[in-house]
Amino acid sequence: MEAFLAGLTVFVLAVFLGFEVISKVPPTLHTPLMSGANAISGVTLVGALYTAASAEADLAGLLGLLAVVLATVNVVGGYAVTDRMMKMFRKGK
Amino acid sequence: MKSMVVVLNLVAASLFIIGLKMQQRVPTARKGNLLSAVGMLLAVVVTLVGLEKLHWSFILAGLVTGSVIGLVFAYRVKMTAMPQMIAIFNGLGGGASAVVALSLVYHDVLDKGLTAIGPAMGMDAAVTVALSILIGGVTLTGSLVAFAKLQELVSGNPTLLPGRHLILVLVGLGSLAVGGYMAGFANGPEEIQAALWVLTGLSLVLGVLLVIPIGGADMPVVISLLNSYSGLAAAMTGFVIHNEMLIITGSLVGAAGIILTQIMCKAMNRSLANVMFGGFGATTTSSGGGSDYQNVKSAGLDEAAMILEGAQSVIFVPGYGLAVAQAQHALRDLAEALQRRGVQVRYAIHPVAGRMPGHMNVLLAEANVPYEQLVEMDQINPEFRNTDVVVVLGANDVVNPAANRDPKSPIYGMPILNVHEARTVLVVKRSLGSGFAGIKNELFEAPNALMVFSDAKAALTGILEELKNA
Repeated sequence: MEAFLAGLTVFVLAVFLGFEVISKVPPTLHTPLMSGANAISGVTLVGALYTAASAEADLAGLLGLLAVVLATVNVVGGYAVTDRMMKMFRKGK
Repeated sequence: MKSMVVVLNLVAASLFIIGLKMQQRVPTARKGNLLSAVGMLLAVVVTLVGLEKLHWSFILAGLVTGSVIGLVFAYRVKMTAMPQMIAIFNGLGGGASAVVALSLVYHDVLDKGLTAIGPAMGMDAAVTVALSILIGGVTLTGSLVAFAKLQELVSGNPTLLPGRHLILVLVGLGSLAVGGYMAGFANGPEEIQAALWVLTGLSLVLGVLLVIPIGGADMPVVISLLNSYSGLAAAMTGFVIHNEMLIITGSLVGAAGIILTQIMCKAMNRSLANVMFGGFGATTTSSGGGSDYQNVKSAGLDEAAMILEGAQSVIFVPGYGLAVAQAQHALRDLAEALQRRGVQVRYAIHPVAGRMPGHMNVLLAEANVPYEQLVEMDQINPEFRNTDVVVVLGANDVVNPAANRDPKSPIYGMPILNVHEARTVLVVKRSLGSGFAGIKNELFEAPNALMVFSDAKAALTGILEELKNA
């Protein structure tokens, strides 16, 4: 229960932090931002690694493998496409 | 060792936050994204190092497969298709959280021969594992439906089932009940497995039910909201495996999604509830046909070129139609030709121009338009009355003055670009057909408006030719 309350504290504070950080982003960058935030949400990969580590071909292991694939597509694809977009923004001569 | 892992995870979380902060400004945005990616790499490495029994086969196979798929999608996707790309990535992320939760129940409870989730994982983990499946499942199928609608694999129109609100409430409450039962009461492997998979099924159905009644034009709001959900699902996973970094990061993304959702709703003058449950756009064809228009004046390309030639200041108003016609490059060519003649050129960007906020900025950046020339609605609106010529390209509802003056109009109150205040407005459009909202645009009848009936790309290249020959 103590661990849960500590986690809840972190959760609530991080939500406020997120509001602060994001609400200042100018509209110009909203699309890349959404894509970049989306890549970060693939952080669930960490949980996937934990369950795939046993590498046993039982249901738990196979689901772990599937989760690693899904989360990696989200992370790698998300960062790459965000970079592709941000690279295009340039100043005039 | 354990404390080292915690510290490094904290570093990773900080990198995410600093990275997001750097994405507030164009010059540092790319580095910010890179920093965030470094944070992710660190988080992954730290996790791998911290694992007790580590067999590489599944992890390597998963990481390589996922990376290849992700990179191929990321580099192949057209910029016009960005909203659906984000939707699909997001859906997979949410799906991953749900699958992690499913796997954890097997891994930590069933495979160990334990008979109840609560005592085995701790009551907090039992509840969050259920929430992770529910939110992750909704994100997965909801995003897939959003993708299908934007990609036009299915009709973008709202699908309104009879009694849909009741069905939604029943499925929603049902999944909460099954989740609660699984976490607190299911006893023995059969009961746990049954509850686990019924919950999974219900959450997948719920995702579909939530998104099918929403029209294609509102999909960006949905994607943003689902992005928030996938963050929440990741945070729930963090609670389950007691990983603070996951909780921080997940809730950051959750908050980011909520903020962007609010911004979009505001730009469309709609409440989130109206977007989610209103079935907006289901009755579109009632008005706005070409026959309703009177006193519409039109101009040929030569005339349009002459008007532009005499102007000192020009503002372009690009919409999604411009991107569909792949006319961004033609637009930049014309703009540069005008600038060489000493004309002041700017672009007015409505918050929901394109198919999601900021989408038009990306599309114009792709065509090498410098981002300082793109001006946001609030800054450009006072400028229209001192502008010689406004050229509207593939934008419709966002320049309809009815939003300012006709309280009976369905878009009344929606913030618009006040292009009608300019001296002359050239509207490049193939016909007098209506936009997303399916309503008549008073701008087309305005005394200072001239319709140029043409495809955007043909019009822009044609006008440029006329300018060169003049």
